[in-house]
Amino acid sequence: MSDVFIALQDTDEARPIIEAILADNPKARLTHSPAMVKIDVPQRLVIRRRSIEEITGLPFDLQRIHVSLISLSGHIEEDDDEFVLSWKR
Amino acid sequence: MAVKAVKPYRFPPRDTVEKFPAPLLFIGWEDHFMFVAPICVPVPSEAPFQVVIDKVLPEAYGQHPDFARIEWDKVEWFRSGEPFRPDPAKSLKENGLGHKSVIRFRTPGLEGIGGAYF
Amino acid sequence: MDTRLEKKKLSLRERYHLMTRGLGWEPTYQPADKVFPFTTYEGIKIHDWDKFEDPFRLTMDAYWKYQGEKEKKLYAVIDAFAQNNGFLNISDARYLNAIKIFIQGVTPLEYYAHRGFAFAGRHFRGEGLRVACQMQSLDELRHTQTEIHAISPYNRFFNGFHHPRHWFDRMWYLSVPKSFFEDANTGGPFEFLTAISFSFEYVLTNLLFLPFMSGAAYNGDLSTVTFGFSAQSDESRHMTLGIECIKFMLEQDEANVPIVQHWIDKWFWRGYRVLTLVGMMMDYMLPKRVMSWREAWEIYGEQNGGALFNDLARYGIREPAGFRDAIDGKDHISHQAWLTFYTYNPLAAFHTWVPTDAELDWLSAKYPESFDKYYRPRLLYLREQEKAGKPVANKNLPLLCNVCQIPMFFTEPGNPRMICYRESVYEGERYHFCSDHCKAIFDHEPEKYVQSWLPVQQILQGNCFKPGTDPTAPGFDPVAAVLDYYELNVGRDNFWYEGSEDQRNFAAWRAAAQNN
Ligand SMILES: [Fe+2]
Ligand SMILES: [Fe+2]
Repeated sequence: MSDVFIALQDTDEARPIIEAILADNPKARLTHSPAMVKIDVPQRLVIRRRSIEEITGLPFDLQRIHVSLISLSGHIEEDDDEFVLSWKR
Repeated sequence: MAVKAVKPYRFPPRDTVEKFPAPLLFIGWEDHFMFVAPICVPVPSEAPFQVVIDKVLPEAYGQHPDFARIEWDKVEWFRSGEPFRPDPAKSLKENGLGHKSVIRFRTPGLEGIGGAYF
Repeated sequence: MDTRLEKKKLSLRERYHLMTRGLGWEPTYQPADKVFPFTTYEGIKIHDWDKFEDPFRLTMDAYWKYQGEKEKKLYAVIDAFAQNNGFLNISDARYLNAIKIFIQGVTPLEYYAHRGFAFAGRHFRGEGLRVACQMQSLDELRHTQTEIHAISPYNRFFNGFHHPRHWFDRMWYLSVPKSFFEDANTGGPFEFLTAISFSFEYVLTNLLFLPFMSGAAYNGDLSTVTFGFSAQSDESRHMTLGIECIKFMLEQDEANVPIVQHWIDKWFWRGYRVLTLVGMMMDYMLPKRVMSWREAWEIYGEQNGGALFNDLARYGIREPAGFRDAIDGKDHISHQAWLTFYTYNPLAAFHTWVPTDAELDWLSAKYPESFDKYYRPRLLYLREQEKAGKPVANKNLPLLCNVCQIPMFFTEPGNPRMICYRESVYEGERYHFCSDHCKAIFDHEPEKYVQSWLPVQQILQGNCFKPGTDPTAPGFDPVAAVLDYYELNVGRDNFWYEGSEDQRNFAAWRAAAQNN
């Protein structure tokens, strides 16, 4: 089973996104490098808008991920509520 | 195979022999990476092969401590990767070497500095 | 954070469709194949252009909004860096030589990418694809500009930064990235997209922008890491364009599969060869290291690339033909490249050096199978010669691979003692290659590569001297004439780091910064 990954900047703005990913993907593995964070998950990674909003207490537009995003792998499915990376279609 | 194109696609090759002072000869010294890659030198095709041994190689490789220790009668030569016995008295052309031919030589017993093929 | 309007809002999907579809039209003044002359000749069959969809569903309004934010953040950092003499806080001035290679060899590629995507955006049909290409074209122009802005403060203090535009078209080692991108830009729009968005961006650029940029942060170069990650955030959109376009071609018609496979084979290898430079930057040029080239290759090349090719197997796509040989090279290419630049340093616009003992030990630990056996003894000899005042300089012109244009220093897969020689004869002319894969690229399109502008051959043809140079004049020094043609500042831009002006200045400024 292949991993998908997402890499985000290690910034204040990215922190709730990282936290939400770790909460919503129990198999996530986090690697810290200088200035960046890489998260690997087997097969499928989901980012939920609601989880981020619950952490910050503020509304969040998932497209804001672009501001913190460094890189990713896998096929993308995105709508207003979820951003999904996966190797399965 | 051929290039796919919307119009006829033909251009002259950029490195034909008449553009150089002499045909190009590429030479590699096996087991000696100090000089990184095979060298590229223009050598007239009428020149005897001995010129390569007497002039071209000393200029290119003379600074290497192994170079002075080469026993030339033991050297193994290769032309385009195949074993080859050049006749030093005959010209490059008579030895079957043309523009952009590649030759290599192996110097048995000499394997570079520190046993690391340098 | 954004405020969400309470009234019923269109979904992301609906917005995307409204903002990208119906923007095109069927031409009536001219037949469509005259307006779009390049959409079919490559052999790719498309039945329904609307099947291409950007999974990010980014529309122009959102694009401007987020790009604007990224720019503001980036320029705030660049400003602060310059204002606070950030160049004094980098780990070591040796580090900057990697940044010289970046501005000399990578930034011009950003500009080529800008042009390439403008071309692709113009010539594709289907608005989804056209909009995505247009955004990428703008991104790439942004990368060119931000890199020049972020790196230019170094030009005030260090050598090797002053003439990258001139060097790109002339300097021998820069013909490697230049010919790579010109090869892509002279393909049709589908090959271009496969080359750059897929093979280069998706499969390979992670190796440059993740571990290397993280390394920049580690070495105190705030300016570079910020533009690097800012650019790479666009890159994830580009990768997505790459993978979506590959799937789009493969799903549209089965006859597209072998064409796409050939492009994947070709462009994986072309990109991998260019990344030799990045391998060397990671292993040798970062005084503080994040990970080795080999480790980065294993994560992003083998694991991530492997996952991707597994996934594409359902379309009948296999891993690139050169994948195994690329894996075989991971223990060697960074060292082979560094030794090449070290011995050719009199002819290059950046500095090289022999690593310190601690760095040699780090390399031994990272490369247990190859470093102590092949490369440490070579570096120690170079150090010894340098200490004795006779640094090893290679005065020979090397044989270059006719495709990747790299000097032929790569070794046979499985045998690091033997240089890999390959050749082809085409219409009576002989051509040489560094590998089976560069040879295969040539053999597939020989008419293209007979035109290669090989720096060594150009020097020998007399095309790399300034106008008015007389090579027959007594005492003519061809090397000096070539360096003059390059407009290299001899004695400052070139030669080894030890004893360089950069080294002296940095030490003096650092001392001045720490004392009164
Ligand atoms: Fe870019
Ligand atoms: Fe090559």
